Amino acid sequence: MKHPGLLRLAIVAGAVLALEIACRSGLIDRVTMVPPSQMVAALVRMSRTAPWFWSDTGSTFRNIGAATVLSIVPGFLIGLVIHALPRLRAVLNPVFMSYYSVPTFVFYPLLIVIFGINSASLIVMGALFGIVAMISATLASIDRIPRVYGKVARVAGLSPWQKALRIQLPAAIPHLITGIRLAVAYSVIGVIAGEFIIATAGLGRRLTLSYNEFDTPNMYGLMLLIFIAVAIVNSVLQRWEGRVHVRWYGRR
Amino acid sequence: MNVHVALKGVTRVYPAHSGQGEVHALGPIDLDILRGEFFGVVGPSGCGKSTLLETIAGLVRPTAGTATFEGREIGGEVPEGIGVVFQEDASFPWLTVERNVEFGLRRAGVDSAEIARRTDRAIDFMGLSAFRRAYPSQLSGGMRQRVCIARTLVTQPHLILLDEPFGALDQQTRLLMGEELLRLWRDTGATVVLITHSLDEAAMLSDRVAVMSSRPGRIIATIETHWPRDRDSRIVSEPAFGQLTSQLWTLLRDESRKALNAE
Repeated sequence: MKHPGLLRLAIVAGAVLALEIACRSGLIDRVTMVPPSQMVAALVRMSRTAPWFWSDTGSTFRNIGAATVLSIVPGFLIGLVIHALPRLRAVLNPVFMSYYSVPTFVFYPLLIVIFGINSASLIVMGALFGIVAMISATLASIDRIPRVYGKVARVAGLSPWQKALRIQLPAAIPHLITGIRLAVAYSVIGVIAGEFIIATAGLGRRLTLSYNEFDTPNMYGLMLLIFIAVAIVNSVLQRWEGRVHVRWYGRR
Repeated sequence: MNVHVALKGVTRVYPAHSGQGEVHALGPIDLDILRGEFFGVVGPSGCGKSTLLETIAGLVRPTAGTATFEGREIGGEVPEGIGVVFQEDASFPWLTVERNVEFGLRRAGVDSAEIARRTDRAIDFMGLSAFRRAYPSQLSGGMRQRVCIARTLVTQPHLILLDEPFGALDQQTRLLMGEELLRLWRDTGATVVLITHSLDEAAMLSDRVAVMSSRPGRIIATIETHWPRDRDSRIVSEPAFGQLTSQLWTLLRDESRKALNAE
């Protein structure tokens, strides 16, 4: 077997090349899609000349960052509290199970009423989307903490707060990472989709604008930017996950 | 000789829950453990040995009776001066050996120089010096249990409670870890209470061995071993060792059968 990473790269490169050929040969018309090389060129051009580019990119990623933090930190803390109260957990469990079958976006008028058309609405949208994944991951990961750690905490005389910070949090990390990855993904979806409908700035809004103006190269250039950013964040998290697994369970 | 731990009529009943009736797990138990002795406890599986140990540790409250440590009653929390080593691997995989050992001093108001000094001593004592910066996943099961013992040692406990600490280790490693435990006991002067299901281990290590009945666990006999203080694992070849283990087995055989049939 060859290195799976190389094979994967070859498949992606092949697909990009095929797309390039299909677009350039006229198999796919230019209004529907531009060749990948032009997507890159459009992205580079926008980053150099478009006056909105850096501020809108910054605003989107700031909002995603804030939404991620707002789903991870409160999600973890709420998870801890719910875990400590088994009855509350029994009551809430069906809500968590069915949460992602509810289209959270239908609440956008409500968010506008409460927060207005601004970043706060977007951040709350992203956080609402991600927080339940984090709560569920926290509950599952605390379930898996060996009971003996709790006894060690009591022997060491830790307060509940110290126990949460020094034992439960680190002990839960390998399984929490799954929740963190989901929270990031949901925050990205929440913020960018939110920008489609309720924003005055941001990449989602720029994407909608270029779509409305038949500016196909810029539209794909912006999509490319979002894909690259998400791929980078995901690979960083994946690497972290791999490192934690090696540390905890040894090599392989 | 003065009494270090005293149990009077200690009983533990677990209340009925989720369809199960209440379980009378332990007692009543009357027991005096003397300061500085190595006290072994053997008993059939499920007899409440661990409950007994956790009662002394202050992790479990007795339903009836009282337990005192150094003259003070043991209540809802773990008294200062008690160290506990558990059967399960309780080393933290996210910390290096060094940080794991330091963890024992989290609550004690000890300054950082003192923490470093005590950590060094405990790491040296348990033969972990070469692995200070290793993570537990890089160590064998026996080494990880040494980390847990070192984590207890840094608190300089007067009473060390061990709940089948070598249960997961192979026989040869157990014998060697037993020797280390004897060395630790001699050097620290602490009282040691060892819960084990191995009759050999109890007979080789203890000054006195308590034999427990099947559930609800009571103490049916306490046997003195009369070993010298500087004993080591070589006493397993002495005739007295064979007599001790056969005496323990005679006491335990019927109780173990009861426990077996109850399951």
